[in-house]
Amino acid sequence: MSRISTTFTSASSTGRKLLIPFITAGDPVPEFTIPMMHEMVTAGADIIELGVPFSGPMADGPVIQRASERALEQGMSLRKVLKLVSGFREQDKNTPIVLMGYLNPVEAMGYQNFTEAAKSAGVDGVLTVDIPPEEAEEYVSLLKAREIDPIFLLAPNSSDERINKMDAVGNGYLYYVSLKGVTGAGHLDLTEVEKKIQQIKKFTKLPLGVGFGVKDAQTAKSIAQIADAVVVGSALISKIENNPNNLDKAKQEIVDLLASMRQAMDS
Amino acid sequence: MTEKYHMPDERGHFGPYGGMFVAETLMLPIQELNLAYQRFMKDPEFIAELDEDLQHYVGRPSPLYHAQRWSRELGGAQIYLKREDLNHTGAHKVNNTIGQALLAKRMGKTRIIAETGAGQHGVATATVAARLGLECVVYMGAVDVERQALNVYRMKLLGAKVVAVESGSKTLKDALNEALRDWVTNVDDTFYIIGTVAGPHPYPAMVRDFQTIIGREAKHQCKVLTGRSPDALVACVGGGSNAIGLFHPFIDDVDVKMYGVEAAGDGIETGRHSAPLCAGRPGVLHGNRTYLMEDDDGEIIETHSISAGLDYPGVGPEHAWLKDIGRAEYVNITDDEALQGFHALTQMEGIIPALESSHAMAYTMKLAPNMDKEQIIIVNLSGRGDKDMHTMAQREGIKI
Repeated sequence: MSRISTTFTSASSTGRKLLIPFITAGDPVPEFTIPMMHEMVTAGADIIELGVPFSGPMADGPVIQRASERALEQGMSLRKVLKLVSGFREQDKNTPIVLMGYLNPVEAMGYQNFTEAAKSAGVDGVLTVDIPPEEAEEYVSLLKAREIDPIFLLAPNSSDERINKMDAVGNGYLYYVSLKGVTGAGHLDLTEVEKKIQQIKKFTKLPLGVGFGVKDAQTAKSIAQIADAVVVGSALISKIENNPNNLDKAKQEIVDLLASMRQAMDS
Repeated sequence: MTEKYHMPDERGHFGPYGGMFVAETLMLPIQELNLAYQRFMKDPEFIAELDEDLQHYVGRPSPLYHAQRWSRELGGAQIYLKREDLNHTGAHKVNNTIGQALLAKRMGKTRIIAETGAGQHGVATATVAARLGLECVVYMGAVDVERQALNVYRMKLLGAKVVAVESGSKTLKDALNEALRDWVTNVDDTFYIIGTVAGPHPYPAMVRDFQTIIGREAKHQCKVLTGRSPDALVACVGGGSNAIGLFHPFIDDVDVKMYGVEAAGDGIETGRHSAPLCAGRPGVLHGNRTYLMEDDDGEIIETHSISAGLDYPGVGPEHAWLKDIGRAEYVNITDDEALQGFHALTQMEGIIPALESSHAMAYTMKLAPNMDKEQIIIVNLSGRGDKDMHTMAQREGIKI
């Protein structure tokens, strides 16, 4: 069983819901990333999603796009992201890491090379936003052969047939994008989200993470009551953006927000 | 090639290229669009309405003009210009926006969005939106808004809202990202009119199908005027919609050579160009697999061309396929050469071509002299040059 599945299984036995923070690797500088990851774990993160910056991020909102741009300006690349993961693994052998990004950097590196390098760096899951299961046969089988979980998105407009397909091809968990739109977008309608989650659960036994629109402790708590995991991204990255000259303050604000979410989810 | 050319497959593949590489949030809207497009392209009523508009609103058929003086001057093949510059709004772009806007109307969408680089596709979209009474939002890179102020004004006159995109390199690729974001957010009432043969399936096939009117007319006109088929076709390639529009009806006519002309900018060797087919490699961007301008890490690199309409790091997936199977040949022309083409046509024939089309003219100047006088080249004059007066004057140090 993968590190991701183990994490979900042991949490569900105690009724605990997972907290999954997302930050973009190398934002605002590469040195920020590894210490931030460790502090997020201390603050209550169960899995970390690490964004791989890309120059054409068509599914991301402005906050994450700007994070990508900052990281790319610092020379961040897929290979360097993998180095950061290795660096994190020197001190933390347990917290699962999921890389989230776009296909082109993976294609440039080659599926074979990428999956091997990801395995040896200590990556547990890969969510490649712009590869649908129909195009992913070779990619998914290479990932699975190296015991890396391919993670797929579900959207509010995903049909039963699509949910079935994601269940068949995905591992680890499925990531439900709770809003139409892009990362960091508008307002969550919890009743809608709950209805959709019930529909999804009919077709899959995979745990379900919910993200897009999780901004504060209260939303995190509400999501935790209906899903297996809460994903938070743009709200954290805003802290980096708002404190360009004081990264210690950014780090502290991220830690505080995560801790408040953790507390609200557990209470 | 004994079997008839029939591309793409049902999921939008041209060999290894094309496809639907989009986030799950876009999958349903794209599938819906595909179904509507498949249905209406077989609907005689829809086709009749489209034909009617192309004739009376766009002004088709566009002439196939024998450039006799220029042909004589070059001393080789007879050059025929397909006059897409004479269409309403001054370029081939409107062939596609008319088609997609009619489709939007049939699908019950009330809001149109588009991306634009030079502003030609934005103007063509704003034009048809005005005519059909649809709300229209055009995304344009902030850099392009600056350098194409005249087209921004035209779009505003036509009632469109122009959004300056401040992210990334602030050019066409970023405008495309922004338009896709708008679409995922407002998909219920919004139709996204993509301007070229790129993007996820069905766009490359759909935009092609709306543009093949160029090649179908040219084929017929050439027969009528000369009694025979052309020997070569020449068209500029940015995203590649005017080129595929001309090429596609000739693909099975294997004796007809096809030349797609990419923008070499300052020269391929300088790295400052927009020629992914000549100097890029395959990758995935904006929903399809195709040749891209990218670095070793797979990051998209900035492009350069004097012509804003060719300034794009990707190219339509069908061109990628035609290159790989050797059916079309892709060549490149520098900014300086394009300017020579621009002046040559203006002085020899009294026709001022768009800077995009000037790349095709410049390549024709290389090709024609090496062919016989009895041979025929059809060159796609995809747009008129009025929009480029400012760029030209600036380049040549003239104040207007």
